[in-house]
Amino acid sequence: MRYKTRISIDILFKGVFKTTGFLVLALLGGIFAMLVYNSISFFLDIKPLDFITGMEWAPTAKTPKYGMLPLIISTTFVTFGAMIIAIPLGIGTAAFISEYAGSRLKNILKPAIEMLAAIPSVVIGFLGIVVLSPGIANIADLPNGLNALNGAILLAIMALPTIITVAEDAIHAVPNAYKEASYGVGATKWQTLRKVIIPAAAPGIIAAVMLGVGRAIGETMTVLMATGNAALIPTGMFDSVKTMTATIAIEMGEVPYQTTHYYALYAIATVLFFMTLFANLVGEFFINRFRKYHAV
Amino acid sequence: MQYKTNRLSSVIEWGTLLSTTLIVCFFLFVIIWEIVSKGVSSLSLEFVSKVPSAGMTKGGILTPIIGTVLLTLITALFAIPFGVCCAIYLNEYAENNWLTRTIRASIRNLSGVPSIIYGLFGLALFVQALQFGTSLIAAGLTLGLLSLPYIITTTEEALKRIPNSTREAALAVGATKFETIKDVVLPSAMSGILTGVVLTLSRAAGETAPILFTGAAFYINGTTGYLNQEFMALPYHLYMLSTQHQSIDQVRPIAYGTALVLVIVVFLLNLTAFYIRYKYRKNEN
Repeated sequence: MRYKTRISIDILFKGVFKTTGFLVLALLGGIFAMLVYNSISFFLDIKPLDFITGMEWAPTAKTPKYGMLPLIISTTFVTFGAMIIAIPLGIGTAAFISEYAGSRLKNILKPAIEMLAAIPSVVIGFLGIVVLSPGIANIADLPNGLNALNGAILLAIMALPTIITVAEDAIHAVPNAYKEASYGVGATKWQTLRKVIIPAAAPGIIAAVMLGVGRAIGETMTVLMATGNAALIPTGMFDSVKTMTATIAIEMGEVPYQTTHYYALYAIATVLFFMTLFANLVGEFFINRFRKYHAV
Repeated sequence: MQYKTNRLSSVIEWGTLLSTTLIVCFFLFVIIWEIVSKGVSSLSLEFVSKVPSAGMTKGGILTPIIGTVLLTLITALFAIPFGVCCAIYLNEYAENNWLTRTIRASIRNLSGVPSIIYGLFGLALFVQALQFGTSLIAAGLTLGLLSLPYIITTTEEALKRIPNSTREAALAVGATKFETIKDVVLPSAMSGILTGVVLTLSRAAGETAPILFTGAAFYINGTTGYLNQEFMALPYHLYMLSTQHQSIDQVRPIAYGTALVLVIVVFLLNLTAFYIRYKYRKNEN
């Protein structure tokens, strides 16, 4: 090929590669613009304060009510429940894999965690219906087990692989010198883990938890299938809840185009976007802090 | 403390951590056991080769299988070139300035955006603004956008592993930068890129939320696979059979069968990725 053609091909493809980089920016910008644009259309009808603090979500009632507090509380409630289950299990498993398991056991456990991460959320939601729901109904003597507890357990399973993987990386990255110093002064393995390794890995572990929270808040299918979807403020784990994601998933299919209700769902999505963004940014902040301290 | 109590407590401590690990493994075991033990009876050649019939209470799941395969194909055709080009730009061309840092930050943010929001974006962009309607192409592109950040991240990781001396050698014998990337860098990073791509596609194949409003249909009669028409997909089929169908108890065996097929598809894709990674690591050593 002639030299000139080769050079022009080179320049052309540099342009192509660069364009794709900018298109990624445009994608995030586009998502953000869509959310803001539709939310503004909604807030022309409904005051933002009424939306955020309203106690009742009844968009199809005769006098529609667009209070999203029950949805925010539902999401928070289920996520909180999931974390109560997932944090001890996740950190315990991460510590076990990193500090106690031999290399052969590690080679079994790590792929097992990856398998758990690979299972589609709709399958986990399905098991919430066919396994957990009858189980919970039996134990608590309820007509059905589609409630906050069910959703929390499923979300814990969904968040566990993220928490375990990130926390295990953090624990693994603690320099050996720390451990050796601790053993050197006569500490046991457990004391070393609790008083030296976990504190040293703390930023990484917090990051793991926050990424798990982000995952749980944004998860749609499992909560949609397993929580019963009643838009009320929950008072206990056996109450049915309707999370923000489930509300969007259920109502977007039925709502007429460009009505207040339609825009309301985008407004919910905007709040959801910022909640997950916040969780992920906090997670990222702690990961960076962790890297700074333990940079080799 | 006495040495003996010390030893006892260390056993208890070890047991505590072991039990958390066992609980996590138990979750995985229950999921797989339930799906396999109850799904295997509905699994047959007929099940995967016949279209649903009699209001989906009989027949197989061929239509949703075709839908999921085509959907994943569109996702791949869109997201792979786009994602790989972007990763090449970031790793090979971009200077470390505020613009590059902004692009990287937005990729990290995009991978944290909930899948349902991608669904809304697909609805607004492909279905409504670009007038594709609820269709296979709209849903495939939506899943493509969802997959982009993962493909970019994993591809960039693969490109980073190629030592600079390799690039310098190609440049030194007179290759242009593009030729270096095309003939030297990409081929040596290929297995790493493929691993990431296959893992991402396995995620996309199992996604439900983004296709809810962009084209997944309750039921399609007859021929399927037109780009501009609605389609059936395995994950949506499972969701629908387990929550929306009018005779849920009657279709439960089909729901289990669908779940099993979906899990098998996802695990096969994952195994492929592990195999590529394994071979790659072996060649590297």
